[in-house]
Amino acid sequence: MSRIGVAFDKARADGRALLVGCMPAGFPTVEGSIAAMTAMVEAGVDVIEVEIPYSDPVMDGPVIQRASDIALAGGVRTADTMRIIEAVAATGAPVVTMTYWNPVERYGVDVFARDLASAGGTGLITPDLIPDEADEWLAASEAHGLDRTFLVSPSSTDARLAMTVQHCRGFVYATAVMGVTGARARTSDAAPTLVSRARAVTDLPIGVGLGVGTGAQAGTVAGYADGVIVGSALVRCVLDAPNEADGLAALRTLSAELAEGVRNPTR
Amino acid sequence: MSADALAPVAGPQPDSAGHFGRFGGRFVPEALVAALDELDGAWRTAMADESFRAEFGALLRDYAGTPSLLYEARRFSAKVGARVLLKREDLNHTGAHKVRNVLGQALLTKRMGKTRVIAETGAGQHGVATATAAALFDLECVVYMGQVDTERQALNVARMRMLGATVVPVTNGSRTLKDAMNEAMRDWVANVDETHYLIGTAAGPHPFPAMVRDFVRGIGDEARQQCLDLTGGLPDAVTACVGGGSNALGIFHAFVGDEAVRLYGFEAGGDGVATGRHAASITGGSAGVLHGTRTFVLQDADGQTLESHSISAGLDYPGVGPEHAWLHDTGRANYLPVTDDEAMAAFELLCRTEGIIPAIESAHALAGTVALAPKLAAELGREPTIVVNLSGRGDKDVHTAGDYFGILDKER
Repeated sequence: MSRIGVAFDKARADGRALLVGCMPAGFPTVEGSIAAMTAMVEAGVDVIEVEIPYSDPVMDGPVIQRASDIALAGGVRTADTMRIIEAVAATGAPVVTMTYWNPVERYGVDVFARDLASAGGTGLITPDLIPDEADEWLAASEAHGLDRTFLVSPSSTDARLAMTVQHCRGFVYATAVMGVTGARARTSDAAPTLVSRARAVTDLPIGVGLGVGTGAQAGTVAGYADGVIVGSALVRCVLDAPNEADGLAALRTLSAELAEGVRNPTR
Repeated sequence: MSADALAPVAGPQPDSAGHFGRFGGRFVPEALVAALDELDGAWRTAMADESFRAEFGALLRDYAGTPSLLYEARRFSAKVGARVLLKREDLNHTGAHKVRNVLGQALLTKRMGKTRVIAETGAGQHGVATATAAALFDLECVVYMGQVDTERQALNVARMRMLGATVVPVTNGSRTLKDAMNEAMRDWVANVDETHYLIGTAAGPHPFPAMVRDFVRGIGDEARQQCLDLTGGLPDAVTACVGGGSNALGIFHAFVGDEAVRLYGFEAGGDGVATGRHAASITGGSAGVLHGTRTFVLQDADGQTLESHSISAGLDYPGVGPEHAWLHDTGRANYLPVTDDEAMAAFELLCRTEGIIPAIESAHALAGTVALAPKLAAELGREPTIVVNLSGRGDKDVHTAGDYFGILDKER
């Protein structure tokens, strides 16, 4: 079983959901992103999702777009992302990577998989790569023992849902709302339905993302999902802070609140 | 002729998943797959439906004003050293070939029972065309446009608003066409149930490249027959400008099977491909994934999209439709860059010899033709016949061209 799978099992045994926290690599700087992700782990985030900044992030809302732009303007390279993954994996927390497809294709799919595995990454979440186009990634992930997380959506048909989860390994990412990343006032009604539809066709753990930003929302999602994925709300802590120390403090506070939330599932 | 605009043809087609060789396909969030499948189904059903074809044909004829003329530009020809036939898409309603695509997609939107269309636009021509079709079909219309473009194409912004569209200036990224497309995609993911994304060129995820090509291929079907009627034979070459590439595919498609007819696509070379300041994705880019499709892309060593540069807002895009990438791969079509200066020289030449002000986009096709003519004449040992797609008119470019030529009166 993959390292992510082990972490999900452990959380399940503890009667709680796993907390996945996302941060773009190189935001606000390479060192700053390592400090931010380390702080998240220390404050109770179970799994770190490192997003590779991309110039055209069509699944991301304004907060992650801005953070990605800052990272790219700072000159972060894909090779730096590998270094960041290695540093964060050293904390002991599993590190999964979220990336749009073109940076992987440009790096070379097999070389990327090899370097990711040797940096200690567990696998990839691919927001704009569907299994239909993923032959090269399926082969590379097999060859290098990496997890594959494809997205399922409220609009996925039953046939596509079954096909997609069949190609996943590690966990499945259920997008809670029809829309882009970003914290929302209410979590979605579509998400529980989507999760139960996915459960009908897979035994893999299911993480729910898009729109979660508070401990209470994390508790709600923990009531029906195996993992709670939080991005924009965490990124905003760093984005809105007047200085790095305040950003890290805000990040720790929110991480702790979310960690508390996933331990108190609302059922 | 227009009534047959969707008749099946033997020309090249992608596989069922939209792959043109190693290009094309779908690189999109799963959330969009159901909508793309719905669109694919609606498009294929419509193609096979006599009544849809008749309705589309009638709209093209009675509303858009097609078939557009094939005009023999004698004074321009004399300067160029070739018999130049201009496919006058500039005379269509809204001033460009793009009206064909928007009418087709607006009809499909109605068939799918959707009530809202969104679009991206660079120069504003596609936005105006979409706003026009939305007014005609009583659809809500939102157009995303990079903030840089809303400033340099303020008149088109006003036109869209007059037609009832909401224009949203996009302020992230490079604030140009590619960012407008990202923003439209984000809107579509969130509102896909009632919204159709009316993509303006033969790019994006399957089925857009093949579908848009089919809606505009009347250009080539008409031009081929008109050329036969006028000259008794096929042309030696067909030329067009290539940004996303819909006008070029529209005119190429009918000729792809005619092996003796050379096909030339002229990309925006900006300050020159060697300077890095250009929008020539095929001649100056590399294979990659952008906006839902695998194609040639302007990108850096890490796969980050590079900013494109062109005097023509309509060609200022760092990608190209996947069918062009494939026609380039197979060698069936030739792609060459044309600089801003070359395009503007041809722009002026057409104005002065024919009394026709072309879109700066189309001026790239004219400039490429000027360079091609002597080579083709030498190779053939006679005056070549060249069909040029004059894809749009230059009214929208008067300010840019006036600036370029320094002919605007200074404020006193």
